[in-house]
Amino acid sequence: MTLLQFRDLSVDYTSNDGMVPAVRGVTLGVEAGETLGIAGESGCGKTTLASTVLRLLPDTAQVRGEVLLDDVDILTMKWGRLRAVRWSQAAIVFQGALHALNPVQRIGDQIAEPIRLHQSVAEKQINSRVDELLTQVGLPASRAKSYPHQLSGGQRQRVMIAMALACKPALIIADEPTTALDVMVQAQVLDLLTGLVRDLGTGPAGGMGMILISHDLGVLGTTCDRIAVMYAGQVIESGPALEIFDNPKHPYTRALAAAFPRIGDPAARYAPTGLPGDPPFPGDLPTGCAFHPRCPIAVPACKLGAPALVEVAPSRMAACFEVES
Amino acid sequence: MTGVVILAIFIATAILAPILIPDAALDVTKADGGRFEGPSFSYPLGTDESGRSILLLLAWGTRISLTVGIAATIISMVLGTAFGIAAGHFRGAGSHALVGVTDWFLVIPFLPLAIVLATVLGPSTTNLIIVIGITSWAGTARLIRAQTLSIEGRPYLERSKALGAGNWYQMSRHVLPNVFPLVLANTTLTVAIVILSETTLSFLGLGDPQAPSWGALLDRAFSSGAVSRGAWWYVLPPGICVVLVVLAFTLVGRAMERIVDPRRAS
Amino acid sequence: MGSKVLRAFITLAFVVMFNFFLFRMLPGDPIGLYARGRNQDPEQLVELRRALNKPLLEQFITYLRNPFDSTIDSTRFSRPVWEMIGERVWPTLLLLGTAILLASLIGIWIGIRAGWKPGGRFDRMSTGTTLILYSMPEFWLGMMLLIVFSVGAFGIPGMFPVGGISSPGVDTSGPMGWLNVLWHLVLPCTTLVLIYLADYALVMRASLIDERKQEYLTLARAKGLRDTMVRKRHAVPNALLPTVTLIFLSLGFVVTGAITVETVFSWPGLGLLTYEALRGPDIPLLQAIFLMFSIAVIVANLIAELLYVVFDPRVRS
Repeated sequence: MTLLQFRDLSVDYTSNDGMVPAVRGVTLGVEAGETLGIAGESGCGKTTLASTVLRLLPDTAQVRGEVLLDDVDILTMKWGRLRAVRWSQAAIVFQGALHALNPVQRIGDQIAEPIRLHQSVAEKQINSRVDELLTQVGLPASRAKSYPHQLSGGQRQRVMIAMALACKPALIIADEPTTALDVMVQAQVLDLLTGLVRDLGTGPAGGMGMILISHDLGVLGTTCDRIAVMYAGQVIESGPALEIFDNPKHPYTRALAAAFPRIGDPAARYAPTGLPGDPPFPGDLPTGCAFHPRCPIAVPACKLGAPALVEVAPSRMAACFEVES
Repeated sequence: MTGVVILAIFIATAILAPILIPDAALDVTKADGGRFEGPSFSYPLGTDESGRSILLLLAWGTRISLTVGIAATIISMVLGTAFGIAAGHFRGAGSHALVGVTDWFLVIPFLPLAIVLATVLGPSTTNLIIVIGITSWAGTARLIRAQTLSIEGRPYLERSKALGAGNWYQMSRHVLPNVFPLVLANTTLTVAIVILSETTLSFLGLGDPQAPSWGALLDRAFSSGAVSRGAWWYVLPPGICVVLVVLAFTLVGRAMERIVDPRRAS
Repeated sequence: MGSKVLRAFITLAFVVMFNFFLFRMLPGDPIGLYARGRNQDPEQLVELRRALNKPLLEQFITYLRNPFDSTIDSTRFSRPVWEMIGERVWPTLLLLGTAILLASLIGIWIGIRAGWKPGGRFDRMSTGTTLILYSMPEFWLGMMLLIVFSVGAFGIPGMFPVGGISSPGVDTSGPMGWLNVLWHLVLPCTTLVLIYLADYALVMRASLIDERKQEYLTLARAKGLRDTMVRKRHAVPNALLPTVTLIFLSLGFVVTGAITVETVFSWPGLGLLTYEALRGPDIPLLQAIFLMFSIAVIVANLIAELLYVVFDPRVRS
């Protein structure tokens, strides 16, 4: 069962210099019980894409296309219905920075807030649900009385996860959940997240779905079922996670994979890494394929036309003329 | 924009006043209007308790209010910037002392302090300028100190220290040019505050009794009973002038603040 | 917390020292200063001169022993200075207390509405108005209100008293007396409220505008909260903290307003006392008033700092 479906989604921001395209024609889906990873550097549009799921974009954003959550288009939903859907059908795990939580409110109250909003539940039951959630993420129930600044970064991230699970949503979107955490804590949080999504099934047709957004291909490779790689607002490669990680096809994905060395693989230490230049500024995109100025295998055709995302191997999609042929 | 236009009008009035207005207009013995007359063709803003034209008094007052305002601001800014840079630059006991002095002047309420100082010094325009200068520098000092601290955190100052640059050299060659834009923006805002202060102190009778600054005009209006007579033409114009000038300086100052440091824009 | 109290005490100590030394250390005859413009009793002058001829340090210690010496007489009223201050404190508290309370409530409300939708119609209107009020001398506003609403002008009849705290002959201890006082309170209080609320509104607006950028508000929206709830439950409590602190810290500004407004409305409080003391100049009275105001402001600042500790959980631990 398809939980979420992006259909030819485009998002433009109005700015002083005109319209800036952040997401350009993305079509992507997430099934129940599946974890989809979205990889890409900053500015590639992955956060904007995630923000459309609950319609959290600022007023300066103009959206075209469809975002189907449980087969209903979020973008044309009435305001009241949207508020009911938020958090109860899909929830977001933000980066657990100090400012992502209300500094003057206790953790327990912040976790309880969506429960109170979406479910008519007695006070006592709310408290025990909060305790249950805290225990699930590995925090002592006494932490409910703490304020955000009294917790460490890793603990705050766990609180974010507990909060997201509060209303038992069908879909979780985790936006860079491990950035800004120490490596050891990163591993713990990832294990926790993937474990919970696997264990807490919901709905008649399968488990919880998750979208994991990160610039770290290594993280996505080990935790996701499928990965979609974004560059300059478009999906340029997608397929099963391990295959993408072991055998990337698009030149950008290759560079991304090579940037994360594998310990114990001597060949990786000598392979050339890094790409010249910077990702393009969304308001100033190159003609044709957006990647061609930095691409090691570019040919003249790349400047003239943009390649479409097509199937280049069984269940592998890529947008590159060279890979197609 | 609007602020600049308003200021231009007032500054022009101040400069042209001695040329366009005969001294006789200020002289009580030569006044030929009736007392507390309302606005008329010959006296567009009416007359005061001695029959003088309020419009002419007002124009002359522009000169005094602006002069005192600018002079006191200069004192305030020089003191404030000097204290601020020194407090931010030096470390240890000296810096603590400077910060302590600044904080003291910030806590003590302005008007009681100004009243006490002005009483001791005596009523004159010069003393008024000194009193206002002494009581207004602390806000600037705190701002400049914060800016100095952030500038001094930058690497190029460490390098210049390593090369042997002395305190004075560092402060005047490195810090001062960098705080200057902030100083400029703050100066404009300070003029606004200073003019309000001058108006208040003159109203309380602490300035030169002869000089018809706007505050003094209001003082005279109050003391001579203009209020109970309902002589609004005596009270309304000086106040409006103050509001316009202060507003103009505030708008310009805030616009400058936005240019200097977009993060602080209100 | 102890260090904050200590610092307040040191500031106060400097006020006392300043008060004492300023008048003693100027060139010229201090007697002249004390007696300026008044015809003093010659015996009093001789006594005064003898006291001032003692060594400076001895004088200072005498002063320190009791700066609130109830035997220091006002040179103008020939009554103990602190007795006069005691009498005039309550009217000032009544006026300022009411004004600050009303100004805070109204100013904060305006600031919230303006700051939540910056650039909107309410914001542009209110910011323009508050900037104009902020640029206004408070005593001028008082005089204009008097002319329009007390004497009557521009077609509006005079409805309010011209000054004072109560009409002559009215017994202020009974409820009818209180109504009379209230009637007298309206204009001076309105003047102060208008001036003070401008400052508070501007501060609250700036605070809320800063707060709007925080990420936890997006989180609140993502949970499905309506815009009003996001504002009331999350943004405002956080933005209110610095605003309330600033309100306390602006007490110096409040004091300035009190002095001139009480003068305009002949409100028999400390402010009017200051104006009367200036007419002399009545030095002992002025010194005592300066001390009184400084103490009030220092204490208010201390309360502001302590309040912050109490209300901000981040500072508490």
